[in-house]
Amino acid sequence: MTTDVFLPPPPPPPPRAPLSADLKLLEAESIYIFREAAAGFDRPVLLYSIGKDSSALLHLARKAFYPAAIPFPLLHVDTTWKFREMIAFRDRKAAEYGARLIVHVNPAGAEKNITPFTHGSARYTDVMKTEALRQALDAHSFDAAIGGARRDEEKSRAKERIFSVRAPGHRWDARSQRPEMWRLYNTRLGAGETMRVFPLSNWTELDVWEYVRAENLEVVPLYFAKERPVVRRSGALIMVDDPARMVFREGEKPERMRVRFRTLGCWPLSGAIESSAASLSEIIAELREARYSERQGRLIDSDCAGSMERKKQEGYF
Amino acid sequence: MAEKPLLRLLSCGSVDDGKSTLIGRILHDCGTLYEDQLALLEKERTSEGLPDFSALLDGLLAEREQAITIDVAYRAFRTANRRYLIADAPGHEQYTRNMVTGASLADAALLLIDAPRARAGLLPQTSRHTLVASLLGVPVMIAAVNKMDALGYAEADFRAIEREFLSRAGRLQFSAVYCVPVSALHGENVCRPGGTPWYSGETVLEILERLEPAVRTSGALRMPVQWVAKGDGGFRGLTGTLCAGEVRVGERVALSPSGLCGTVKRLAAYDGDAESAAAGEAVCLQLAEDLDVSRGEVLSSVGAEPEAADQLAARVVWFGDAPLVSGRAWLFRLGTASARATVTELTAKLSLETWGEIPAKELRANDLGLVKIKLDRKLAVSAYAECRELGGFLLIDPLTSATVGAGMILHTLRRGSHIFPHEFALDMRAQARQKGQTPRVVWFTGLSASGKSTLAERVAKTLHGLGRHVAILDGDNLRDGLNADLGFTEADRAENIRRAAAVAKLMSEAGLIVLACFISPYRRDRSALRALFPAGIFVEIFVDTPLAVCAARDPKGLYAEALGGRLPNFTGVSAPFEAPENPDLRVDGQRPLEELAAEVADFVEGLEIPDFLERAGS
Repeated sequence: MTTDVFLPPPPPPPPRAPLSADLKLLEAESIYIFREAAAGFDRPVLLYSIGKDSSALLHLARKAFYPAAIPFPLLHVDTTWKFREMIAFRDRKAAEYGARLIVHVNPAGAEKNITPFTHGSARYTDVMKTEALRQALDAHSFDAAIGGARRDEEKSRAKERIFSVRAPGHRWDARSQRPEMWRLYNTRLGAGETMRVFPLSNWTELDVWEYVRAENLEVVPLYFAKERPVVRRSGALIMVDDPARMVFREGEKPERMRVRFRTLGCWPLSGAIESSAASLSEIIAELREARYSERQGRLIDSDCAGSMERKKQEGYF
Repeated sequence: MAEKPLLRLLSCGSVDDGKSTLIGRILHDCGTLYEDQLALLEKERTSEGLPDFSALLDGLLAEREQAITIDVAYRAFRTANRRYLIADAPGHEQYTRNMVTGASLADAALLLIDAPRARAGLLPQTSRHTLVASLLGVPVMIAAVNKMDALGYAEADFRAIEREFLSRAGRLQFSAVYCVPVSALHGENVCRPGGTPWYSGETVLEILERLEPAVRTSGALRMPVQWVAKGDGGFRGLTGTLCAGEVRVGERVALSPSGLCGTVKRLAAYDGDAESAAAGEAVCLQLAEDLDVSRGEVLSSVGAEPEAADQLAARVVWFGDAPLVSGRAWLFRLGTASARATVTELTAKLSLETWGEIPAKELRANDLGLVKIKLDRKLAVSAYAECRELGGFLLIDPLTSATVGAGMILHTLRRGSHIFPHEFALDMRAQARQKGQTPRVVWFTGLSASGKSTLAERVAKTLHGLGRHVAILDGDNLRDGLNADLGFTEADRAENIRRAAAVAKLMSEAGLIVLACFISPYRRDRSALRALFPAGIFVEIFVDTPLAVCAARDPKGLYAEALGGRLPNFTGVSAPFEAPENPDLRVDGQRPLEELAAEVADFVEGLEIPDFLERAGS
């Protein structure tokens, strides 16, 4: 096992305008959760997935522990199908925050060349995300994984605890979750159990964007509208991020459209939206008028009814 | 207009009162729903062809399959005025735990009453929900009398329900109680008035929009220390969130229960250091002095410290599968502090229907009760009514790590402060030296008629022959005298074991080798025993004799009685026996007695001498 070496955090930025009362409340709540996780577990890890929620999460972690360094490493489960801009952004951010970054790819999946094109989104997600995450957590004996999931994302997420216990094998059992009173989190683990911790539980998509704007955080440029090559598939706009690896279906031809992404994941499964929002303020304005939910562009959620819940039972984050 | 602060809302009600429909209706009428969610509503329709809003909320597969809500769901929505966070708590009796979860942070409760069913009188669940909301300190109660459409919006029906509800809720501690006639299905009086020309009051949303969140952060400075930050140049920062009051650089502060005092040197923040911080803010505070402060201490102003106590009177809500009985030990979490807690007295159970106190020997899952609790160390505490962060606590099962109870401190008990365990000069070491032996508590467990007492008696003779000083404690001889008042319920069994352990402790302190024979069927009771003794003194021997063999022996005819259904709570037949998972020694109770006795005597003689007795010699 490598030793964690943490560089000191960068100097603080100049002061800005104060946060709105609601964002201040959410920020304080998230910081409290981060500190409980640091105090309650031997080997926590922050699941860094590069998107806007991860940007907020990483920033909150820095605030929670400042002037000390973030006392845990970052883990990215790499499916090898992330947008190329995401990977560049990830490496730059980890260095900037002075955090140790662990990147894990499921070696068995990579060897069998499990791709979203050849094996279908359900099987691909299971192998390259769910199984890969379980492998990484086990390999490093992490007892708590801190992630950026929010309750407003999806119906079964709305039932999630802030400290959510996982049975041995990382299984989520909705019926055996601990009651969560006040801000008292039971961080004790039974044999083989691990914890998932969600500091952004009570944030909404709009809150995250307003926080990103207020705190002047950097996000992956894919969130901003730009002309990009896309194909239309199952009602979604799929960006051709890597033409060499793209498997075109019959009749599909890339066209250039002005699009942006509301959520980021694996490029063959992430639907873009037509948009002209090229700044944070424009994104927020667009969101306030939005008529569709955030996950509509995600192809993996609509595999079948209750698919998020099934994936979570298997250990999906 | 300036936005109002976030309002946390609990929604609760009995099964089929239409709670999910009401929440769905609010989300819909406030324009919170997206097109893809509305498309789902188009697919899911009620038998009357109206949109089924519950489809939006019952998010778990098991919930959709069984058409019930299992778990608390959290929803955020916004109006032009403010944002809301709803904790939607399912209403089944067995899910009181969810109701408590949702109520713990709520500024207001939205309670659903099914008008057609309530015409014949309020349902027991309505009483339960009202009481739980009040005990958890939810200040505002809004009763939505739903399904008024099914009664043709009859004013007389509503007024009768309103009268009954207001008279009941008026007995509790709410600062405001409202009753609104609504139809969630049709949206009447939810977000817009309608259906009831005779009703001049506000709609549900109008009430919500006007409410101010409960202010719970006034009073003297309180900050539980969460985590100690260590940075460059020997920096030590106490991190935590202020739950009340404010703190300034230069101020003298105290830490409880340690009693340490210091001066605030710096309030470090990533955005730039601060001069002061107020309740609700998360801070990192550096003291001028180098004090050894750890998680669990509570920071306050000097002269206004919280009380430090180890004995408490509290209300508890029980969730555990195993019942709460007095005498058992649990882990205790309050603020950021931890301790071990023993429930020393179960004072009463609260009737959730009549709200009266009733005597009880145990609390089962979803029961509420009054208890007295003894902690193994002093903690900074407060009454729940004064400060939730220092007055609300969790009880955790040390074996499973599950949260088995939640409590609210009523007041501290001073009894503990004038009882000091006497430090006898003649300690176990001196007694052991004089007798030339290592004191032991050898705990035999096993089914009735497994041969525990017979074996212990034979072992005692062998040890006596070796010059050892031995005493036998046995279930029957203790029940004959000291424990004559106890029966065989789970609570009485736990008390029986507690007393036996106390006697064994005194005897071992006198230097004796105690052979204790008790069925002691519950694993948790036995595991708590070990902690009572210095390391290396207590050993557990499992006399493993199959139930069929014990039943065939049946020297007292008890198995015959129990198997005939005439003896309730008989271990192995009508009460459980939890076999030890890792006994220090397991013996097969079917082997010849002489062989067994020799094995056990050898085992006891061969045990290592504990470090703290080493120099005493044996």
